[in-house]
Amino acid sequence: MSKKVLYYLNQFFGGIGGEDMADFEPEFRAGELVGPAMGINAAAGDGIEAVGTLICGDNFFGTHEEEAKAFIAKVIEEQQPDILCAGPAFNAGRYGFACAGACAVANEAGVIPVSGMYEENPGLEHCQSFSWVAATANAAAQMRKAIPLMGNLIAKLAAGEEVTPEDDSYFAQGRRETVLVEDRGSKRAVDMLLARLNDEEFVTELPMPSFDEVEPAPPIADLTKATIALVTSGGIVPNGNPDRLQSASAQQWNKYDISGYDELKGDFYTVHGGFDPVYCNEDADRVLPLDALREMEKEGKIGKVYDYMYTTTGTGTAVANSIQFGEEIGKELKEAGVDGVLLTST
Amino acid sequence: MVKEIERYGIPIVHMATITTISSSVGARRILPTVAIPYPTGNPNLPDAEEHELRQSMVERAVNALGTEIEDTTEFEA
Repeated sequence: MSKKVLYYLNQFFGGIGGEDMADFEPEFRAGELVGPAMGINAAAGDGIEAVGTLICGDNFFGTHEEEAKAFIAKVIEEQQPDILCAGPAFNAGRYGFACAGACAVANEAGVIPVSGMYEENPGLEHCQSFSWVAATANAAAQMRKAIPLMGNLIAKLAAGEEVTPEDDSYFAQGRRETVLVEDRGSKRAVDMLLARLNDEEFVTELPMPSFDEVEPAPPIADLTKATIALVTSGGIVPNGNPDRLQSASAQQWNKYDISGYDELKGDFYTVHGGFDPVYCNEDADRVLPLDALREMEKEGKIGKVYDYMYTTTGTGTAVANSIQFGEEIGKELKEAGVDGVLLTST
Repeated sequence: MVKEIERYGIPIVHMATITTISSSVGARRILPTVAIPYPTGNPNLPDAEEHELRQSMVERAVNALGTEIEDTTEFEA
């Protein structure tokens, strides 16, 4: 008997529209295969039957998570799929988050969750432990490579075949399973140690997770004397974008003197791709609230608004770049004696 | 970026709409905002009300900078 697969896509891949449609309420197209679902379903082969495609706007999912999840749960209840396939989301943060949410709903309902993401997608950690997430490239240009990976996972999981992260290119779930091996533990440990001492290759049986947490910084003791800086990943720049900040996958950050401004309205706008810029371009304080912070300075509630604001574009920007930007900006702020930072993200 | 700036010992508030992402990237002080295209505004409100909303949000963010925390903390939206 063939296994039933339900697909989940965002508004873009679902063919509804771009960023202007990101608030699109979830809908279910029974029996229909839309966009990437078509390719994945074909790649998964004959053993499966598609029940249809769920489409939901990324912003809708982000801001109405419970409602979106309830909708997905209802469709699962009605359609009784065996597998839910969400994405691939590549490195799209909001889409990854939505796919993770869809996977969570499926998992709770006893449906096998499959997705596809880039390793830096923030959605990954929200579903990696209970979903089969194919390791994709960071951009949709690599769709043609993602499709067979997801199709393969679906086919094997549907058939009840064993899959491994190595052979099937998915992110390890971090579960420990009981397996039978030739040698007992003590011998394997000594073999590993000897290999290590001899500079030979060895493979650990239990990779340790790497934690990189930063301790919360101590609070500002006296806000009325504090210098507060504004930083944003919302792509806010002076009109005309004089330093040509990228609209996606930022390679740089910029800083601008705002000491002569009471508000950003009229003089600044956003170059950030991936969200509708209309509201921000009417008044950039909607993304970086200089006007309100200036007000607090005037009222003596804070000491001073730092003379420069720092800006970059968050969408599609590599984590490695973000780390570097943060280090460089933080160094400047530290040296300038800034006491606290408000960082806005879109 | 939030995490690297905080590493210098400077308190930082991440004002973001999808706070789940915010905490998963390691932000410690988080203030939920209005919506992705206008975190600190709301074009559906009349000007005066929008201004008031932003003012109160920024005051809460600044107060969060003055608040002692032990772990990741999401302040009141």
